[in-house]
Amino acid sequence: MGTFHQDKGELHGITVVVDTVGDEVYIGRCDEMTEQQIILHDVDVHRDGEEGRSKEDYVVRAAQFGIWKQFERLAIPAASIASVRRLGDL
Amino acid sequence: MPYSPLIVNPMKAELTSIGFQELLTSDDVDAFMTDMQGTALLVINSVCGCAAGQARPGVHLALQNETRPDHLVTVFAGQETEATKRARSYFEDIPPSSPCIALFKDGELVYFVPRHRIESRTAEDVAADLQSAFDRYFATSPAS
Repeated sequence: MGTFHQDKGELHGITVVVDTVGDEVYIGRCDEMTEQQIILHDVDVHRDGEEGRSKEDYVVRAAQFGIWKQFERLAIPAASIASVRRLGDL
Repeated sequence: MPYSPLIVNPMKAELTSIGFQELLTSDDVDAFMTDMQGTALLVINSVCGCAAGQARPGVHLALQNETRPDHLVTVFAGQETEATKRARSYFEDIPPSSPCIALFKDGELVYFVPRHRIESRTAEDVAADLQSAFDRYFATSPAS
């Protein structure tokens, strides 16, 4: 038994990795994904090379235990998105 | 603000009905963690259907395993907030998420399943993950 969510797509409520065409990669809980943007809750962002880690290094580490959120909510424009993956699949 | 008992109680009952002890206060958590001997499974329960809806039946299935934890305890995130915060303090290096599942042996955290490794899976997948961990970390412990 669980709570029910509005119909916001198959990724609603799922923790996703949003890689961008730039230096940033975001991990957060997907609220809604539209043609214009993806909206994430409880979001962490990592910039390539930050703290000596590549974007992929950061994602691999996050896949083990999760992320420390920096932002309650972020909207990422679709034009900047390279890929969206489920963190649990990595 | 805590959830209505009408929402939360059936979700709690999914675990308490199979032998889980609820830790309702920080003192409950400390008393359990301080005195812990043998093996234990802690579920941080939550209302979210995306993940908790798989976590609870997954735990239920996992406990059919021959090797299983000596102790079963649970706190409810968003409901018993102080108890949940205290429980998380016993694995403070791990980012908070709920639901999540922690396995302890003689008070030491030996295995952890964060929310994102539950939400994308079926109850059977969650159970298989836990049963593998029971066999790996608990196999030498006496059965309860």
